[in-house]
Amino acid sequence: MVTDETPASAPKMSTRDVSVFYGDKMAVDSVTIDIPQEFVTAFIGPSGCGKSTFLRALNRMNDTIASARVEGTIELDGEDIYRSKMDVVQLRARVGMVFQKPNPFPKSIFENVAYGPRIHGLADGKAELETVVEKSLRRAGLWDEVKDRLSESGTALSGGQQQRLCIARAIAVQPEVILMDEPCSALDPIATAKIEELIDELRGRYAIVIVTHSMQQAARVSQRTAFFHLGKMVEYGETSDIFTNPREERTKDYITGRYG
Amino acid sequence: MVEHTVKAFDEDITRLRGLIAEMGGLAELAIEEAMQALVSGDEVLGNEVVARDRKLDVLESEVDAMAVRTLALRAPMADDLREIVAALKIGGILERVGDYAKNIAKRVNRIEGRSRFEPLTLIPAMGELAAGMIHDVLTAYAARDPELAREVIERDEKVDAFYDSIFRNLVSFMVENPATISSAAHLLFIARNLERIGDHATNIAEMVHYSAVGTYPPDR
Repeated sequence: MVTDETPASAPKMSTRDVSVFYGDKMAVDSVTIDIPQEFVTAFIGPSGCGKSTFLRALNRMNDTIASARVEGTIELDGEDIYRSKMDVVQLRARVGMVFQKPNPFPKSIFENVAYGPRIHGLADGKAELETVVEKSLRRAGLWDEVKDRLSESGTALSGGQQQRLCIARAIAVQPEVILMDEPCSALDPIATAKIEELIDELRGRYAIVIVTHSMQQAARVSQRTAFFHLGKMVEYGETSDIFTNPREERTKDYITGRYG
Repeated sequence: MVEHTVKAFDEDITRLRGLIAEMGGLAELAIEEAMQALVSGDEVLGNEVVARDRKLDVLESEVDAMAVRTLALRAPMADDLREIVAALKIGGILERVGDYAKNIAKRVNRIEGRSRFEPLTLIPAMGELAAGMIHDVLTAYAARDPELAREVIERDEKVDAFYDSIFRNLVSFMVENPATISSAAHLLFIARNLERIGDHATNIAEMVHYSAVGTYPPDR
């Protein structure tokens, strides 16, 4: 386990009193949190506690839902991401996302990774694009498995490989933050272990936020953990503290399996 | 405490706690009877203490198996995790306490000329103190009482003071009566064993504190 030191630098993202509504229903209730640059932050909590909704607010993924409304401020490097001049496409390149079910494009493995850098103009010419694709696939721990079949469809890969392809795709556009929404819940234990190993390798290079239903996974991969319940963030702290000695009774009941 | 959604988990923990309580009772009894056997020179009682130590060994392996199984099956968190870890360690410590009592009981028939040994009057008092620490630390365990655990830790100083005093006493005794060296050496080991039991009671108290509140006592 990584030793939990106090973050040295300013937080990568910070939210102040963020609430998210679906119509009249409040899904997230005044959440204030700083997401550190150098650590993996895990969001845990029972289904419907608002953790995924809150995660999606961090790169304005909720914009696509007509009834969704966000209050409060969310800053990336001190800039409000909900300000009117914010380029949302650019924001989602800086704050990438990996979803629960691997969702590769129905295109070749190469194209899956090359698509982002190409539309964002991050690579000049074929050679440079190939370099970016290889680098991203290597960083996602997938290169050795796919280097001889880059033209095959991304959907032909196994679930675990597809998820790493999606991570490579997120990495390819040089994000600063990677949001992961239950990235292993559709994977078997071996594929899960590979993703966890990958998260550990990516830590430090990117600020990573992961939503997970597996408490053990949160304990293994993260250095900071936030517990959500009924839309509120109940407790946030060093992962080792949360799992061995949580301050709040509700956190304790949840992580020890006493949640009613 | 609120019950677990999985009922069998509660049953596992209750069973584990029961095993520790049983071990604690046996360890305390072993110290008391070893002292009794020593004072009266009762070899039969001494042998009983030695024989009964096997039960502690068996219980310790039961605690181990139970704790490992619970860790594997339930992947416990927070106070549950601390509870299992504490039981695992306390089980090991109580087994050692039993070994010290057994070691004392084995020396019962090695003391000659009991009536002449002044230190022999100090040892039972020391034994009572050590057995009392084991008794109270298990009460603290049963009640999840960090205050009582700290109180037990403080008592270890008295056991250490007893040991220093008995040590000096025995050394001067040996100097004056070289013929008693063999018996005195046995008494010295007995006092040493009791001193170690006090240390072990302290270790248990630290685990009780940790299990109850998540931190070790401040002056650990």
